Amino acid sequence: MPGLGTSFGRGGATTNQQDLANSDCIVIMGSNMAENHPVGFQWVMEARERGAEVIHVDPRFTRTSAVATRHVGIRAGSDIVFLGGIVNYILTNEKWFDDYVRRYTNAPVIVHEEFVDAEDNGGLFSGWDSDRRKYDVTTWQYAGVEVHGAAGQREQGFKGSHVKGHAAHGAHGGGMSSGNPPERDETLQHPRCIFQILKRHYARYTAEVVAETCGCSVAEFEAVAETLCRNSGRDRTSAFAYAVGWTQHTVGVQYIRTASIVQLLLGNIGRPGGGIMALRGHASIQGSTDIPTLYDILPGYLEMPHTERYDGLDDYIDRSSAERGWWGNAGSYMVSLLKAWWGSAATPDNDFAFGYLPRIDDDHSVYWTVEQMLAGTVKGYIIAGENPAVGSANGKAQRLALAKLDWLVVRDLVEIESASFWSDGPEIESGELRTEEIATEVFFLPAASHVEKEGSFTNTQRLLQWHFKAVEPKEDCRSELWFYYHLGRKIRERLAGSTDPRDRPILDLTWEYPTSGVLQEPSAEAVLAEINGSDSDGKPLGSYKELKPDGSTSCGCWIYCGVYTDGVNQAARRKPRWEQAPVAPEWGWAWPANRRLIYNRASADPNGKPWSERKRYVWWDGRKKKWIGDDVPDFDEQKPPDYTPDGDAKGPDAISGSHPFIMQADGLGWIYVPQGLEDGPLPTHYEPHESPFRNRLYEQQSNPARQTTDLAEDPYSPPGSPVYPYVVTTYRLTEHHTAGGMTRFLDYLAELQPAMFVEVHPGLARERDLRHGDWATIVSPRAAIEARVLVTERMRPLHVDGRTVHQVGLPYHWGTRGRTTGDAANDLAHMALDSNVHIQEVKALTCDIRPGRRPRGAALPKFVRDLRERAGAR
Amino acid sequence: MKALPLLRDWPLVRQLAEGDALGLGKAAQSQRSKQLKPRIATADSVTPSICPYCAVGCAQLAYVKDGKVIQIEGDPASPISRGRLCPKGAASKSLHDGPAREYAVKYRRPYGTEWEDLSLDDAMDMIVDRIVRTRDAHWQDATPDGNPARRTLAIGNLGGATLDNEENYLMKKLLSALGIVQVENQARI
Repeated sequence: MPGLGTSFGRGGATTNQQDLANSDCIVIMGSNMAENHPVGFQWVMEARERGAEVIHVDPRFTRTSAVATRHVGIRAGSDIVFLGGIVNYILTNEKWFDDYVRRYTNAPVIVHEEFVDAEDNGGLFSGWDSDRRKYDVTTWQYAGVEVHGAAGQREQGFKGSHVKGHAAHGAHGGGMSSGNPPERDETLQHPRCIFQILKRHYARYTAEVVAETCGCSVAEFEAVAETLCRNSGRDRTSAFAYAVGWTQHTVGVQYIRTASIVQLLLGNIGRPGGGIMALRGHASIQGSTDIPTLYDILPGYLEMPHTERYDGLDDYIDRSSAERGWWGNAGSYMVSLLKAWWGSAATPDNDFAFGYLPRIDDDHSVYWTVEQMLAGTVKGYIIAGENPAVGSANGKAQRLALAKLDWLVVRDLVEIESASFWSDGPEIESGELRTEEIATEVFFLPAASHVEKEGSFTNTQRLLQWHFKAVEPKEDCRSELWFYYHLGRKIRERLAGSTDPRDRPILDLTWEYPTSGVLQEPSAEAVLAEINGSDSDGKPLGSYKELKPDGSTSCGCWIYCGVYTDGVNQAARRKPRWEQAPVAPEWGWAWPANRRLIYNRASADPNGKPWSERKRYVWWDGRKKKWIGDDVPDFDEQKPPDYTPDGDAKGPDAISGSHPFIMQADGLGWIYVPQGLEDGPLPTHYEPHESPFRNRLYEQQSNPARQTTDLAEDPYSPPGSPVYPYVVTTYRLTEHHTAGGMTRFLDYLAELQPAMFVEVHPGLARERDLRHGDWATIVSPRAAIEARVLVTERMRPLHVDGRTVHQVGLPYHWGTRGRTTGDAANDLAHMALDSNVHIQEVKALTCDIRPGRRPRGAALPKFVRDLRERAGAR
Repeated sequence: MKALPLLRDWPLVRQLAEGDALGLGKAAQSQRSKQLKPRIATADSVTPSICPYCAVGCAQLAYVKDGKVIQIEGDPASPISRGRLCPKGAASKSLHDGPAREYAVKYRRPYGTEWEDLSLDDAMDMIVDRIVRTRDAHWQDATPDGNPARRTLAIGNLGGATLDNEENYLMKKLLSALGIVQVENQARI
């Protein structure tokens, strides 16, 4: 989310899948959309039929490449060089959309005089603290903007970090501290203006450097850059589509940032056929960050309170809100959330029960939790609809961690590997674990299927769609709604009468949901109504604009406010597409405020007129004095284009009539991100944590801010190690889904993709004596797995840095159970993480590959260890 | 003895009479295939649903007969999927009723070598016990520096990206009220 969030203001796809059909050029990178989002891909094909260029840049030649107008193969982990090369191409050839860049982005803003770019400092930005392995971002700020003034007076934990509250996790728009408006140079000539910094930063990303680093040709690269630029501007728009091929890197967030810069320079955000389409891989993965089952945020991207930071709610709100833009109303969002959770127990006198919230310190993410399990400090774990024993990086560490727990609850449709690790996990076979010695108590609770319950999924384009219940779940099967509701009910019964202050939050919690039927299933619609929010009379709210900071409104997730307008479940709307306009506003409900293409104010010029007739979408109607068009305007409907805020205007009123990015404190698209990211204001190429190559752009090899572990279970290969000479990347197949829990156990799908395999090029097959259809063993410092060999020209070797590099492709769906079984690719992966979102780097690792099956029993860990020692991997 | 078909049912006559001279259209249809009805034609009801796999969000129609789902198909009314499903979505009825589906609670005691049976009620009570006990034993009112913490770091919860928003909401709300902060799911970025 932070890649998009810090650039534009919201951590969600800027557009929708259908709108891809309006593109003149679609660049798909970090995604094999044809195979992994096949039904959404129909819109790409539709664009192509209308004459659009479809460009696929990917390490593998896939079905997406096969139907693209152009495929360019690049080395896994080199995308920032390729995209940075495009930035350089745009700037060198003067291809940027000048009016858009000057008026809608922060390109003219002047940066702090002490800012030192990575260009001039061996790949490190100013503010690097090598002891803490963190940046102090003070010098990254805008000149003339007072950095959070009171930082020194706050608690110690806030010292050294001047990032304002919500921007700290970067999932949405940046706040800006109080003070004067930033200095600007409208001519874009000031040496410290962002435009000039950008020019210098990407000057070394030449076509030749792209070719040598990524392994493509200069001509291939230039053709992509030229095509993209030719299809952007007033009359034409280009879109980017990406998936986890971009995100699952130790610099994952910065991949998306680079594309954001390209799209801002070319003026492609907020316009039909433009945008950045984040292709998410689970039915409600967007929803599970909006209403987060994540440790560091509360619903609607409000930040979880920290242990050290606040003197009560006002202080929290002060730090969480921005003075300008829609985050200026963070107090209304937060108080309404607290009212939704603690109802009448949340009063002005007790800070609306703000103190009831638990506090976080730093990283409590899933990989940190695994480390804590291994250390023995996490005792109990509940897993609901996830299979870390197969799906998370470093499967062995995951399984060893589960074996250290006191108790484990697994809720799923089938008995997944995370439930059975104690009986048939790979470590049982290798002798590293013995069933009789594993103390973990395991509860397996069968879940309800999607047709046995009702509720909403939020899809990849921020669209909430309701699914209804067709039949009742059988026997012990229950929905998660049932499980968590009744769990809460029983805990509250158990603790009833407690006088311990720690139990007040659970006893005061609003937990009255109507139930029905034999199973006493709670009403999902009642929960949706709470999420939507209501006024003091219990009347459903229609918009987040109605939320108040005085406790008179309640709302469980402010960005979803409006989904239950008039007491009607808007997510359940299914007006057929043939009965409405192509934007289809009456199918489901999109956050925010049912806007389908966000930042759409940018589809009009500063004066409010469409940039061109061909790309008109939302515009100012001077007669009606409002914004109108094909979509709900993502702007104050009545705010005229020439509106200029007073100097002391606050909140949304401080956003000018010509600034389209209303969640940002300055209303601008952020080419340069002064705050909100841990690893730099501008994307910079770093090699993957494990790479066969030295970083040819900077002295700094890998992302300095990446997270690593000290675990014995998580050793790493040194850069350029000849023991692990190949690049390995993981991916999905059309017929399977993630860790396989929902597909490997199904007859049809198991038959369609019946075995774990490894894709290699004929050249690598010759080099390593691999035969098509035979077995091969793939080994990393963590594990060795076996797979059937698929020799294919699709895995083209690349010429990088003067030598040939082979890439190895592995689907990651297999595990020890199901109708089809096989070794898990993620066992090879390490737990080095991106520092912004703690994501694992499973898209670019190093490995060796050998013919034949892997060793069995105790010989397996010995085989892995011997190679590791030879490589000097720790 | 089987009666001879009427002249008008002869294929050649049908080809000519029905304007299907090449016999590649309706004239080629047999009596049997003519009488075949789609399974969904006899469904008692149709329930609108959404595919549970990836985030494209294809609309589905679940056909129900005698209290059972007999078919799941793409919903042509959807502006996103226009009736299409990929192999996973098309197989989602098997996700619901396939042979590997588990219907009963299973319990593995510490150091146990086999699953054991357990009632859902007992399982829920035992889980409540463990949460309350672990939370009490590992509660932090404050950090070692004396800052407010109000939490337990000894319990974690994983999962959410495959679940409904309403489920995630109750999960986050309940666990936060219990002081459990390690609430995590597949979504990262």
